[in-house]
Amino acid sequence: MAKQEIRVTVNGREHRSEVEPRLLLVHYLRDVLGLTGTHIGCDTSQCGACTIIMDGQSVKSCTVFAVQADGSQITTIEGLAKDGQLHPLQEGFWEEHGLQCGFCTPGMIMSAYDLLQRNPDPTEAEIREALEGNLCRCTGYQNIVKAIQYAASRVREHEPVAAS
Amino acid sequence: MIPAEFDYYAPTSVQEAIGLLQEKGPEAKLLAGGHSLVPLMKLRLAAPSVLIDLNRIAELRGIRSSDGGVAIGAMTTHSEVESSPELADRWPIFHVAGAMIGDPMVRHRGTIGGSLAHADPAGDWPAVALALDARMHIAGPNGERVVPAGEFFVDMLTSALEPDEVLTEIEIPALEGRVGMAYEKFRHPASGYAVVGVAAVVVTDGSGSCQDCRVAITGAGPKATRATGVEEALKGRPLDEQSISAAAERAGEGMAFLGDIYASEEYREHLTKVYTKRALLAAARSAQG
Ligand SMILES: Cc1cc2nc3c(=O)[nH]c(=O)nc-3n(C[C@H](O)[C@H](O)[C@H](O)COP(=O)(O)OP(=O)(O)OC[C@H]3O[C@@H](n4cnc5c(N)ncnc54)[C@H](O)[C@@H]3O)c2cc1C
Ligand code: FES
Ligand code: FES
Repeated sequence: MAKQEIRVTVNGREHRSEVEPRLLLVHYLRDVLGLTGTHIGCDTSQCGACTIIMDGQSVKSCTVFAVQADGSQITTIEGLAKDGQLHPLQEGFWEEHGLQCGFCTPGMIMSAYDLLQRNPDPTEAEIREALEGNLCRCTGYQNIVKAIQYAASRVREHEPVAAS
Repeated sequence: MIPAEFDYYAPTSVQEAIGLLQEKGPEAKLLAGGHSLVPLMKLRLAAPSVLIDLNRIAELRGIRSSDGGVAIGAMTTHSEVESSPELADRWPIFHVAGAMIGDPMVRHRGTIGGSLAHADPAGDWPAVALALDARMHIAGPNGERVVPAGEFFVDMLTSALEPDEVLTEIEIPALEGRVGMAYEKFRHPASGYAVVGVAAVVVTDGSGSCQDCRVAITGAGPKATRATGVEEALKGRPLDEQSISAAAERAGEGMAFLGDIYASEEYREHLTKVYTKRALLAAARSAQG
């Protein structure tokens, strides 16, 4: 089927590509742009490992076609650290041991990023609700919650959440 | 998980979308939030050869007042519906039920129109639409028609939409009197969908008796259904625990129940009664509060 041209801004950089309509956004990010931080953990749109920020909101990039992202602004896990400095969320996962195998971590962080954008001072219950669409097979979630609490307090102290 | 090939169109008006549906024939499918359709395509349970994306049609999005009630554009996302202040004030059920759909990412992309059109037996909006007596505005090659929610859900995954029609707007009529509404859901712990979900709307007078009510059940059977037996039993009765419990016993009357590995038919039938009672009690509290 005919390829279509798309223009997307990913982590502040504009890309123009010719894509097949059936190419999922997650495959575009990983296979075309080489941004393999965004993971694929399931075939059923349930695990959230592929979560990215598209036009300001968290979305599962395995459930959107790349053609649909034409004209949009995307942030992936690779777009969070600035000038070699980890984002407070990344630092939180490091400090609070918020991961074991790490497979779910990029999606967890992007969902938490979406939450902190809207609610910089979430309760534990609000954090758990925000992670409803992100599955972790290792940690039992406890340290993930702590990592996000750590980041929230860092952000409230001095750093805005928005990466750009 | 790579879907079969298709041609992609992103029209910017409803007319253009209908034209494409006619031109491309029954192999074409509309794409809304994609959160039912894309998972089916990834598993190749669906393989449309043409996708017509409704996301660039501005006229299908947003919430506006209409004739004392409100009209919700079909492409309004679950999260926009859930967080709408216009809706929260008079129809708090939209916030309550919206917040129970899937997870934040599903709510950011999934749309109310897509959910109704898909007619998933475990979807949440179908029950809400039935309980509010919503009117579905549908555009097709011969102009517009309006189908009441009660006639919209035909069977499992089947709505009254024809293949060349677009659901454009969901109109919610105004309710007179002291109104209370509630949605109670037993969530499937893995998928988030309703094992059983019950939407209830009650209208009361000063004396606290039930002037009118509508109860709708989703999740339990092949399609969302009004519980007319419950409604009849409650009308004219006081909105107290005793009458509500008695009326809720009639939930499931005449319904076919679905059973699966997670919940048997008997269990769903039992949950239907329990959740009907809970929803009616909560609706009655909100009408009286
Ligand atoms: C992990 C996960 C959890 C979920 N949990 C829940 C839940 O708890 N409760 C719940 O209710 N749903 C749940 N869903 C489903 C979700 O709400 C979907 O968004 C919804 O069912 C379909 O809406 P959509 O906009 O995504 O439609 P799409 O998937 O784009 O379309 C669905 C169908 O409707 C047709 N269609 C769409 N829009 C129109 C229109 N305007 N006119 C005519 N036809 C149209 C399409 O052609 C397609 O056949 C879940 C989904 C996922 C992936
Ligand atoms: S890869 Fe599992 S939800 Fe996207
Ligand atoms: S750390 Fe292994 S899946 Fe979450």
